[in-house]
Amino acid sequence: MPSQPASSAEHQTLSLTGAEIVWATLTGEGVRTVFGYPGGAILPIYDALRKYPIHHVLVRHEQGAAHMADGYARASGEVGVAVATSGPGATNLVTGIATAMLDSVPMVCITGQISSKLLGTDAFQEVDITGITLPITKHNFIVTKSEDIGPVLRRAFSIARTGRPGPVLVDITKDAQQGLADFNFEACAPQPHRPHPMLSAENEAVSQAIDLILNAQRPILLVGHGALESGATDQLITLAERLHIPVASTLLGLGAIPASHDLSLGMMGMHGEAWVNQAIQQSDLLIACGMRFDDRVTGALTSYAPNAKKIHIEIDPSEISKNVKADVALIGDLKEILETMLPRIAPRKDQTWVKAVNALKGVASVRDIKNLPDSGHLFAAHVIHDLWRATGGKAIVVTDVGQHQMWEAQYYKHDVPRSLITSGGLGTMGFALPAAIGAKMARPDQEVWVIAGDGGFQMTASELSTLVQEKLKINIAVINNGFLGMVRQWQEFMYESNYACSPILSPDFVKLADAHGVPGATVRTRGEVAAAVKAAREAKGPYLINFLVEKEDAVYPMVGPGAALDEMIRRPANGHNPLLETSEEP
Amino acid sequence: MLHTFVALVEDKPGVLTRVASLFRRLNINIISLTVGRSERPGVSRMSIVAEAPAGAGHRIKASLFKLESVFDVDDVGQLQCVTRELALIKVAATPQSRAQIFQLSEIFRARIVDLAPESMMLEITGAASKIEGLIQVLNEGDNQILEIARTGRMVMRRGQHTSHVLEAFQLSQPEDEPVVPLTAEKGSENLDVISGDPNHPM
Repeated sequence: MPSQPASSAEHQTLSLTGAEIVWATLTGEGVRTVFGYPGGAILPIYDALRKYPIHHVLVRHEQGAAHMADGYARASGEVGVAVATSGPGATNLVTGIATAMLDSVPMVCITGQISSKLLGTDAFQEVDITGITLPITKHNFIVTKSEDIGPVLRRAFSIARTGRPGPVLVDITKDAQQGLADFNFEACAPQPHRPHPMLSAENEAVSQAIDLILNAQRPILLVGHGALESGATDQLITLAERLHIPVASTLLGLGAIPASHDLSLGMMGMHGEAWVNQAIQQSDLLIACGMRFDDRVTGALTSYAPNAKKIHIEIDPSEISKNVKADVALIGDLKEILETMLPRIAPRKDQTWVKAVNALKGVASVRDIKNLPDSGHLFAAHVIHDLWRATGGKAIVVTDVGQHQMWEAQYYKHDVPRSLITSGGLGTMGFALPAAIGAKMARPDQEVWVIAGDGGFQMTASELSTLVQEKLKINIAVINNGFLGMVRQWQEFMYESNYACSPILSPDFVKLADAHGVPGATVRTRGEVAAAVKAAREAKGPYLINFLVEKEDAVYPMVGPGAALDEMIRRPANGHNPLLETSEEP
Repeated sequence: MLHTFVALVEDKPGVLTRVASLFRRLNINIISLTVGRSERPGVSRMSIVAEAPAGAGHRIKASLFKLESVFDVDDVGQLQCVTRELALIKVAATPQSRAQIFQLSEIFRARIVDLAPESMMLEITGAASKIEGLIQVLNEGDNQILEIARTGRMVMRRGQHTSHVLEAFQLSQPEDEPVVPLTAEKGSENLDVISGDPNHPM
């Protein structure tokens, strides 16, 4: 993270209150925006805010603060910061912290805590937040002395952004916020991070990996979130192009390789394209780059890529052979490892395998639903496809969780790193709107779209008010099918269409937006999509489009839970859905 | 199978919880866990014995490394080690039965560390099997065992190996912090140290 040039103040030793030390440290770390909600145990920190050049975004619920910090971090690559008071303020952060943990997002959460003298007494708004967040933070601290605030906060930033990133929580007692201490930003610098003793891409392992790569007939690169965190896009493209290796992405890896690149296959896994999963099952070498073989990616482990050797390049040693046994493990920063390997890999001409994979795609490789006949039904895929067209694939799209999320991953072609922001590991509904606010704060120059379902949007819709208060230009597409769509789909496929508690009533989202002073439109047919998207993009402020889509559409293909990766549930041939899925469909 | 790890960790409140919580999270049962000071101030040494599948050693070790409070981990299960456990065993003993217990303790190289009119306390050090052997013969000899306290296993690698990794980490000498009495009064400023981990103040 680019720290601002140290101002002279950073070299001076000043006598400050703990609260001032918080902001002084954040300023020194380069933080310009924080997301939070005040309360009793953190009031000293809020009182001191006015003295520092930091913009505070007042959220409507602390979960929103955590998601905003998360979205900020994912969009910028910098550490996001959320602030909350003790007790319920702190517990409301929990879902957002877990979301960041599962997706390895660098984040620092600062919570107020009751005075140290009262700790453990069940004082008003006391909660053991370091105990609660222990398993969902990379690390956490409780600070009870003013002089510890600076060093602990700086260490928190270091931990959050070093190695495999993750959230860090710092709980600061009220008396520590109020007390005076000497503060010198430079003197608070954390000791260099302890080197991970298991962190090594040994020469021998590198040579083995190169041997495997050069001798593979049917290699595939599997690209995950680590590729974005490491900034390894160029190296991955070079490797792929040099040996004509097709590239499949995880959900969080989308954008690491331009979707429009010839060798990009798209998303793998449960809702990956059929040919991607088939290619993985047929391959003889998987080169996994910054991904962790999540169950949504592998399907049944016993039958996963049965003929493939596996090279696992990963910064976290505990991921090696956790789900899929690695034949060669290279532990470390992906970009650095690829850079040591590339000079030893000569270009190859043979394109047999790429051609075979392209043949798997069949006519689906030119899938373009733009010109398909309009049956009168509006499909979410249409909406996302048209949105992709209208924005030229250049917008930052922040999705919620569920069917629309998978359609987004399938139909919005991300050519730019960090342009898809989505909760992958935890699958947190309600993520989209607050995360988009964070993303927009981080990248004000970028066009930002929220794509959310009618269920998830209602979970955090209160942040509309935050959006307006901050005068942010964000466009919102609610994919409204009247169901908790993915739940309904699973009920259809696995629970005999017993739609228990999945139909959901929604308010008129356009009126809801209107109540916030946000204009909007409801779209019912394909023909209206383009005009509505245009209106949204041209609106000066935020804009909401309520897309009333086909109620009982399903995401295809689908690898059922526990099924082999190439045992996919396909779209029924006689379905009324006009979408073309793969070559095998009529 | 049994896995044995030696972990060097920060000597701070809450660290034991973090280590124990990791095993809980992995759904692995800890057979024994001993903690004490190491050769370095500010660094505690843990010997952890856990029951886990044969292939789980790498992942446990790597997961332990991920904890910020852990400096070094050694998976010593397959290595040449000295493993010791200490047990205190209190046995009901009348003047008539003492002689037999004396005899047994001599064979097992246990020491009598307390003698009361109706009981004796034995101290025995050794591998777990030796301690279990003594307990077994005491039971078989119709001696009523009143109490057993066992430390759990402590492990150290044989030969010249040292935990030199600590030097490589360039650990600066930790500041001399005042020793905090665990019985700190409520309202004293030391309370925060306790509350960091109320269950496991280290």
